[in-house]
Amino acid sequence: MLSIADLRKSFVTPEGGSALIVDVPAFSLAAGEQAALRGESGSGKTTFLHLIAGILAADSGRVEIDGVNMTALGEAKRDRLRAEKTGYIFQTFNLLQGYTVLENVVLGMSFGPVGADRERAKALLERVGLGHRLDHYPRQLSTGQQQRVAVARALANRPKLVLADEPTGNLDRKHAREALALIREACHEAGAALLLVSHDEEVLAQFDGARDFAAINRPAVASSKGGAA
Amino acid sequence: MTLPLILYRSLRQHALSTLVTAASIALACGLLLTVWMVKVQTQQAFVETTTAFDAVLGARGSKLQLVLNAIFNLEASPGNVSNADYQAIKHHPAVKTAIPIAVGDNYFGWRIVGTIPELFTGVEYAKGKPYAVEPGGRLFDPEKHEAVVGAFVAQRLALKVGDTFKPYHGLTFNPNEQHPDVYTIVGILAPTNTPADRVLWIPIEGVQTMTGHDPAAATDVSAVLIQLRAPTAGMMLDIRYNRQGNRLTLAYPVGTIIADLFNKIGWLDQVLALVAYLVALVAGASVLASIYASMDARKRDIAILRSLGARRRTVFGAIIAEAAVIGVLGGVAGLAVYAALFSGVAGVIRAQTGVVLDVAHWHPVLVLCPLGMIALGALGGVVPALKAYRTPVAENLTPSS
Repeated sequence: MLSIADLRKSFVTPEGGSALIVDVPAFSLAAGEQAALRGESGSGKTTFLHLIAGILAADSGRVEIDGVNMTALGEAKRDRLRAEKTGYIFQTFNLLQGYTVLENVVLGMSFGPVGADRERAKALLERVGLGHRLDHYPRQLSTGQQQRVAVARALANRPKLVLADEPTGNLDRKHAREALALIREACHEAGAALLLVSHDEEVLAQFDGARDFAAINRPAVASSKGGAA
Repeated sequence: MTLPLILYRSLRQHALSTLVTAASIALACGLLLTVWMVKVQTQQAFVETTTAFDAVLGARGSKLQLVLNAIFNLEASPGNVSNADYQAIKHHPAVKTAIPIAVGDNYFGWRIVGTIPELFTGVEYAKGKPYAVEPGGRLFDPEKHEAVVGAFVAQRLALKVGDTFKPYHGLTFNPNEQHPDVYTIVGILAPTNTPADRVLWIPIEGVQTMTGHDPAAATDVSAVLIQLRAPTAGMMLDIRYNRQGNRLTLAYPVGTIIADLFNKIGWLDQVLALVAYLVALVAGASVLASIYASMDARKRDIAILRSLGARRRTVFGAIIAEAAVIGVLGGVAGLAVYAALFSGVAGVIRAQTGVVLDVAHWHPVLVLCPLGMIALGALGGVVPALKAYRTPVAENLTPSS
């Protein structure tokens, strides 16, 4: 379902040099598979997820999602592919503060093939236990509830792949466990693969064989020094 | 539903700046429309008012003053025309109709004009529109102290048939200069939307022989309104009175004299239009400034929308559409501003000249101006939309780990 080969991404440093942040020779994920990557802050794992989502364009290499080579596409087609195939759960949720809970989820499907489907959005919010908060704004919710909205939004467009970037980083232990269980269950029910990155060992312990991002990424061969994205 | 939702939420999030910006556009639109429509309708009304007569004969002086005094009941009379001169023009073979008028008195500031009943029976105030007296009234008897009152004066002074009044001397109201002569109102003119509405009409002999007036001028008239049998006769009369004579002035053709007036005050229209255009320009700039100023606050939302799959052109279009919607709000509100401004200006013009302007009078500019404001609004959105288009997604999402 997800296949990566020789993926490289570098950034221009303030000094004008080049810093290679991502250099992943190979990585793959099967349909419906749930995997976790362990990575410290600044290791480049967010950049890695952005490359998979098509938010950033790779310098070279290949990212294939559901049979489509993302790196061969122009930006507009990458946007469409992201809207069609990918769901993204951010550490800080990235909910639109001026929109209601329901509207946030509706927007999650508006740019993809599902289109704006309020009934589906309501059903997803029911699923994550927020059926009674449809017309609330994110600021009116607890952090745990906001994360559940983010989960519902990530699944709104029936994605093949859900990317989760430190999804429990802003939650306390109790809510982190609940959120992680919800993400895994929801992805399982939707048949979506899950790629989660975290530095939280308790989270990583929930996955069989969580891997070190450093083991698949080789930025050490970078041509010059620089900070991670 | 995506774009309307984004527009609605964005406009709500920035409601105050949206309202202020829309208000500035509304003001610009209202000003532009008012300047334009007052200009168009005033010129049209003045031209239509002059269509009843081809020429005006009066004392030696300015043709424009003669026309303004005799037809629009404005300005002072430049002097008198003797009865002999009146009779001469009246019986000239080229003249179809000659209506004498005499001015010099008022009633609480409203002009009293002496004339003959033929003004109301033999002349149309506009093509196909004869004068009429409201039911229950009649025209004055030229041999009695009777009056027919214009509709606007009757309304403003609450005059009705059977009322009496004593004229005041002069064209400006002075309570110490009232004549003892008593006139009885026998009719109220049906509204004509012309200067005739703001006049109290009495028999011409009434003005000529009013107590206190100079007996030596008892047969003089202030001016003669003339309809010609053929337009070419005007040239002949022009030569006779203006080039060969030196006692009288023939204002001919009346329409051209009024057109000259508008040409002379054309600079005023241009200044007003320039001010209105500048206001419109400022309004367009305010759209740009208000949206552009909010772009930093919008970066995160734009990045989130992009991360959900929205394309660059989608966010670009959303900003343009938002700016255009502000233009729509301003354009629609501008029609209301126009209605209010125009009504105020029309009231002043009617009180001062008797010319009636119609706020609902159709003109393409009533659509073109609001459309222009929408285009101006959208244009003002281009720069911020470009900024939205260029907003980098990854940098404006959650801080990276």
